[in-house]
Amino acid sequence: MSNMNTVLEKKPIKFKSGFLKELSTNKALFLMILPPFILVFINYYLPMFGAIIAFKNFNYEDGFLKSPWSGLQNFEFLFKTKDAWEITRNTIGYNLAFIVLNLVIAVTVALILNELRSKFLAKFFQSVIFLPYFLSWVVVAYLVYSVLSPNGLYNMSIAPMLNLMPIDWYTAPEYWPFILPVVNIWKNIGYGIVLYLAGITGIDPEYYEAAVLDGANKIQQIKAITIPFLVPLMIVTTLMALGNIFRSDFGLFYQVPMQQGLLQPTTGVLDTYIYNALISSGDLGMSSAAGFYQSVVGFILVLLANWGVGKISEEHKIF
Amino acid sequence: MTTKALESTFESNSISKTSNLIFNILFSIYCIACIAPLVLIFMVSITSEISLIENGYSFFPSEINFSTYKYLFYDPEKILTAYGVTIAVCVIGTILSVLLTMMYAYPISRKSFKYRNFFAFFMFFTMLFQGGLVPWYILYTKYLQMKDNPAMLVIPALITAFNVLIVRTFFSLNLPDSILESAKIDGASEFATFIKIVIPLSKPVIATIGLFSVLAYWNDWYLCLLFINSTKYYNIQFSMYQALRSIEYLTSSQAASMGNASAELMKIPGETLRMAMAILGVGPIVFAYPFFQKYFIKGLTIGAVKG
Repeated sequence: MSNMNTVLEKKPIKFKSGFLKELSTNKALFLMILPPFILVFINYYLPMFGAIIAFKNFNYEDGFLKSPWSGLQNFEFLFKTKDAWEITRNTIGYNLAFIVLNLVIAVTVALILNELRSKFLAKFFQSVIFLPYFLSWVVVAYLVYSVLSPNGLYNMSIAPMLNLMPIDWYTAPEYWPFILPVVNIWKNIGYGIVLYLAGITGIDPEYYEAAVLDGANKIQQIKAITIPFLVPLMIVTTLMALGNIFRSDFGLFYQVPMQQGLLQPTTGVLDTYIYNALISSGDLGMSSAAGFYQSVVGFILVLLANWGVGKISEEHKIF
Repeated sequence: MTTKALESTFESNSISKTSNLIFNILFSIYCIACIAPLVLIFMVSITSEISLIENGYSFFPSEINFSTYKYLFYDPEKILTAYGVTIAVCVIGTILSVLLTMMYAYPISRKSFKYRNFFAFFMFFTMLFQGGLVPWYILYTKYLQMKDNPAMLVIPALITAFNVLIVRTFFSLNLPDSILESAKIDGASEFATFIKIVIPLSKPVIATIGLFSVLAYWNDWYLCLLFINSTKYYNIQFSMYQALRSIEYLTSSQAASMGNASAELMKIPGETLRMAMAILGVGPIVFAYPFFQKYFIKGLTIGAVKG
């Protein structure tokens, strides 16, 4: 009997040494994390389960769970349209352009800013270049509009001055593959510059002192010291951006072309397509299929990118 | 080598005066390109409507007048409401966001917290995989009945993995276990420690994520676009978007040639008005920028380089 008792007693003790024990010793920490945890669960995790609607014929009355399954029908519809190819091409194409341009320009500008003789001027330039980063896309849309609208700076001042033909930019899709990268660089390049300048400042000055004593000139120092030190940061940034190649900045593609239908072929990306299908046409099947396509391919790309980072430098792996 | 010789060697390690000058000129030109569009919309906002129709957008309006602003403040209700919404959202959102972010980051930075890795991964995973816009939107509008609820301008942006990771990194670098242990030995409860020790020691990181949060809420139009119907809950960015859209809406049917553009525009009142509105929306950011940018850069480098 006594043996039996000890066995019975042991069980709850063993259980208690697990989760419940932790709960009672760290009660306060659990209480603290509970509210933000619930918020994260609702805002991020419930929609993950809700992503099953891509395989359903969703209607509002039946909701996520009771709506009838439809197999791959939504995806069939999506990939039958020419939209699917167009938005995938645009999303990847623009992102690739942004990645290359951002990397090359940000690193180059950071290297030059670091060499300017006046540190005051360098700081000043950096601050001014960073300013557009803090403007909302609505403001940027205004600024672009003030330059490109029929009555704007280009058509009324620049074109007449240089004897060029006026252009109705907002009805001419062929120009937007150039306009959007310029606008994106204009707004976001300051961020990259700050990042790489921080990387450069972190390099031990002794390396340069030694190089100078060995008679290395500026270009040689940059090639042999600065760039090799920046390479890990460049790789991590680029790979992470490659992992996000299926996602785009909704504000850039939604606000700046001002939702002009004629511009769709060159400005439509996955994010704007999903938004339009959801809000404007209310086509839940199509938009949830496109959303699922984006999430899953995006997730695989992130995993691949992280694996790639690990191959190059284990310590820079994100997870 | 004498010190003097060394100094002159390092002096010669600067780029030549000529290339320095060239770079300075190039940067100055680019900086003008960064500022000029803002100056342009300001100049348009103080151009008279007639001169705008005759000459288009120009840095040097032939006739300056401030009647647009007078008009704007003659009936300021819309703008004041939008400012009110934006300011309220910024204040409430930032306070809640900082608090919740710290409440998540603190436990996962404590080594004595057994499940810290689970909770850290739970947060971090949201950066890798998202359910997507559609289920997220349906969740809030159908299940939680939050359509047209001003709380939607705050809630979805309250907690982000990026901010939690910044704060956790800060905690693990700046809050040695010894301090927290000694507080415990002195009999302080976990909450007392959090309020009396952790928060005062975290001022730099609170400033950083607070700033991120203020900027995100100030610049937000997306949540308003998705969830808000009533004009009374429009924030400043969304009002600007509406103003730009309606002029756009008025001109988009114009298939007419460029020559007719100005004639078409004659019928549309208040293009200068819209630009004045843009100035009111962007003004506070531009004026506050010199003060906040260095804190922002500091925070960015904590999060990005070490995070």
